[in-house]
Amino acid sequence: MAAMLEMKDVNVFYGNIHAIQDVNLSVNQGEIVTLIGANGAGKSTTLRTISGLLKPKSGEIFFEGQPIGGQPAQNIVKAGISQVPEGRRIFANMTVLENLELGAYTRSDKDGIAADMEVVFGRFPRLKERLQQEAGTLSGGEQQMLAMGRALMSRPKLLLLDEPSMGLAPILIKEIFSIISDINATGTTILLVEQNANMALKVAHRAYVLETGRITLSGDADELASSEAIRKAYLGG
Amino acid sequence: MDFFNVFVQQIINGVSLGSIYALIALGYTMVYGIIKLINFAHGDIYMVGAYVSFFAVTMANMSIVPALLISMVVTALLGMLVERLAYAPLRHAPRISVLITAIGMSFLLEYGSMYFVSPTPRTFPEVMGNLAYNIGGFVINGQQLLIFAITTILMIILTYVVQKTKVGQAMRAVSFDTETAQLMGINANRIINFTFGIGSALAAAGGVLVGVYYNSIDPLMGIMPGLKAFVAAVFGGIGSIPGAMAGGIMLGVIEALVSGFISSTFRDAAAFAILILVLLFRPSGIFGKAVREKV
Ligand SMILES: Nc1ncnc2c1ncn2[C@@H]1O[C@H](COP(=O)(O)OP(=O)(O)O)[C@@H](O)[C@H]1O
Ligand SMILES: [Mg+2]
Repeated sequence: MAAMLEMKDVNVFYGNIHAIQDVNLSVNQGEIVTLIGANGAGKSTTLRTISGLLKPKSGEIFFEGQPIGGQPAQNIVKAGISQVPEGRRIFANMTVLENLELGAYTRSDKDGIAADMEVVFGRFPRLKERLQQEAGTLSGGEQQMLAMGRALMSRPKLLLLDEPSMGLAPILIKEIFSIISDINATGTTILLVEQNANMALKVAHRAYVLETGRITLSGDADELASSEAIRKAYLGG
Repeated sequence: MDFFNVFVQQIINGVSLGSIYALIALGYTMVYGIIKLINFAHGDIYMVGAYVSFFAVTMANMSIVPALLISMVVTALLGMLVERLAYAPLRHAPRISVLITAIGMSFLLEYGSMYFVSPTPRTFPEVMGNLAYNIGGFVINGQQLLIFAITTILMIILTYVVQKTKVGQAMRAVSFDTETAQLMGINANRIINFTFGIGSALAAAGGVLVGVYYNSIDPLMGIMPGLKAFVAAVFGGIGSIPGAMAGGIMLGVIEALVSGFISSTFRDAAAFAILILVLLFRPSGIFGKAVREKV
């Protein structure tokens, strides 16, 4: 079976900066795949390119067999990919409810939206208690949950997560990762970007390592977690 | 008239003039809020609005309300066309390039209009007759009533659209964080274009009302009110819709009070003195929040 998402020799530039180079990566239906790497390696660039915020200079991206590279962001969302961006980027001046509604922007099936809203509340009960609250007043962990809930409101087939554990207390990080596994268990494929390689390799099935814009290693998450090179570079020994 | 009478009469005059500033200021503030551009051509869009209704009234014999609606529609389309042709291609260009383009667009509209409709001022027909109401000694004329009514209706509609509709929610999202809005599947280009349309339609309404109020229109009529409306938008807090409404009305009232109690010669000076004071002491404006740069 062909992969759900497939990147082939993708190159992306910011002006003269060659941010990702000949990236080949695939995500199969049902998987959690993690992309790990140091700060500045090009992880966010990879996700932003998949989401259509950046256009690849060369290379191809396929989603469910269709070429999506360079398409405008709204088409990517409609195709079934949504992203939780780095730093959460919630709409701080709007209510929690409005943030969730915006997540369902591309949809018009009122009943389906209402049903999915309930699913999100089931997963993140704290959001339900704070529906009318301005999103900017939420705590960091709650904002991360809102950003995830918002992304789920488009009912994505593939969910892109950019450093969901960033800036959170260890106990919250655990909670977020267990939610990621739950979301995957209910049928959503996940591409997870992390600097927290330890946790990411625990929940993921497969992993890619990105170093200064190039993929240098890939394989089963378990294997990578026990590999000497990875332990030294990313797992602190 | 004693002090109190002059005061109240000038407030009435000031609110009428200020409503027009407010209508123009809304376009400035919405466009600034969404793409951080001071659209210098906005005052000229207002001028085009005045001309469209002038021709609708004089040549097509329309009454003022249909003429106003036609003018708003035509001008909205013009504003959207300007955005698509002149600003959209510069979306990722440095801000200064877009600003210079806006100034060029302003000249194009001013001198293009001179070419097409001649530089001679036109007399805007009397559409409200000599209607005037005397309420407890204060005079409100028909033009002023029309201004109050139209402005109130338009502001209610605008507030409803921005706060309660899906497109309004998308406008707020794009304005807050364009990229994240795109990640929600919002077509940011379309929303930006729509914002230009709404802003231009409101400015057109301002232009029509000024024609009705002062009975005279000309191709350069947009320059001064355009600048004043910009002052009003900054006064209220650039980017803030309620700020533009309040800033416009307050600016109109201050100008009228200066005219009434000091001298109309100082009216414009007062407006720009406010701009300088606001920029010095409260750059985020009376309604503005602390300046938040986009991440
Ligand atoms: N907007 C930008 N303009 C220019 N360079 C950028 C921009 N965003 C990221 N970069 C550069 O691209 C490289 C990859 O960045 P990024 O994808 O954000 O890395 P990561 O998410 O892995 O930390 C870095 O060298 C970074 O400095
Ligand atoms: Mg990053």
